[in-house]
Amino acid sequence: MDVNAEFCARCGTAAAEGDHAHCAVMLASIDPPRFCVECGRRMVVQVTPAGWVANCSRHGERTSTSPSVG
Amino acid sequence: MTASVDTDIIAVAREQVLERGEGLSQEQLLQVLKLGDDRLAELLQLAHEVRMRWCGPEVEVEGIVSLKTGGCPEDCHFCSQSGRFPSPVRSAWLDIPGLVRSARETRATGATEFCIVAAVRGPDARLLSQVREGIKAIREDGNDIQIACSLGMLTQEQVDELVAMGVHRYNHNLETARSHFPNVVTTHTWEERWETLRMVREAGMEVCCGGIIGMGETVEQRAEFAAQLAELGPDECTMNFLIPQPGTPYEQYEVVEGRDALRTVAAFRLAMPRPLLRFSGGRELTFGDLGTKQGMLGGINAIIVGNYLTNLGRPAAQDLEMLDELKMPVKALNQTL
Ligand code: SF4
Ligand SMILES: [Zn+2]
Ligand SMILES: [Zn+2]
Repeated sequence: MDVNAEFCARCGTAAAEGDHAHCAVMLASIDPPRFCVECGRRMVVQVTPAGWVANCSRHGERTSTSPSVG
Repeated sequence: MTASVDTDIIAVAREQVLERGEGLSQEQLLQVLKLGDDRLAELLQLAHEVRMRWCGPEVEVEGIVSLKTGGCPEDCHFCSQSGRFPSPVRSAWLDIPGLVRSARETRATGATEFCIVAAVRGPDARLLSQVREGIKAIREDGNDIQIACSLGMLTQEQVDELVAMGVHRYNHNLETARSHFPNVVTTHTWEERWETLRMVREAGMEVCCGGIIGMGETVEQRAEFAAQLAELGPDECTMNFLIPQPGTPYEQYEVVEGRDALRTVAAFRLAMPRPLLRFSGGRELTFGDLGTKQGMLGGINAIIVGNYLTNLGRPAAQDLEMLDELKMPVKALNQTL
């Protein structure tokens, strides 16, 4: 998981609180990010055969090639 | 000494399925599913021989994409795309250029089938026109991949429209045993699903039908389900393994244990010697790398490569490498299995 993340990209709760070890495993294997790591908003996510695109209404688009996610 | 009738289920299956090509009955499948772990290797070996005998060594590779994600009115308890559960999946539509790109990415892996999927009870005019435009655009892109669709329950008119669009195969899963279905879905019935499959078959599209293992069904219900699928006689049976999706009623379910999953794969092959048996959603989580290989050597002869609808898969290159290692050629486009 991004060390600067405020929120967990899988469950959307504060990254500093609770245990996100399972979330990290899932994000590294089968789950695309669902929540914006900066504001915790639920993102619109499109999974494609070779990647994913996630959109936060405030922080814009991230894709599977952008470095700041996961 | 009088000749004894062989009652060992593996020996019986060897004669019945491998030699004669007749699938096992529900009772026989139950015996297979109850075999101990000490017989698993033998069982997988037989399932592999059956697959090689009746299907050959080729593997059909397919990619899938979600054209319309989330917000589905149905309540399939395993599904993160149902609008009835507090799942983090938000509704989205893929635009036509995105669909064309997805088809191109899929074809680039050597895949011969590309399945366009929508989270709906059944298609409306808007969805069908997107599919029509999408297929047209994929063809204009010079992509010769075969197109499959999975758009929920259909009317006869919609079946005919899909045939006219050149859709090659239709996916519609029965999900689980008929006796278990009401515990999984309450907004429509197993019989309604069966009806769509009947129309698809009669219209001349190939039928892809399977389900999800690990939704609280008993071992008896797994045998029941395999027998019901065999009765349907699909061209392809797609095997998914539950991914407990956050926010759904099955969130807390355990992932199916690897050996159990392998036993189920082999049983499905012994129920259906001839159709494509496809490794689909949940295989990464349930089987891992080693189990995936064991599944390929235990009756599977088709896979989905790349990502799924809302979950990520292994990179396609990794699966293609595995097939190469196993000396299983990827089925070419003009080849029929
Ligand atoms: S009909 Fe399909 S998309 Fe809708 S809830 Fe059921 S499985 Fe999910
Ligand atoms: Zn988390
Ligand atoms: Zn944000």
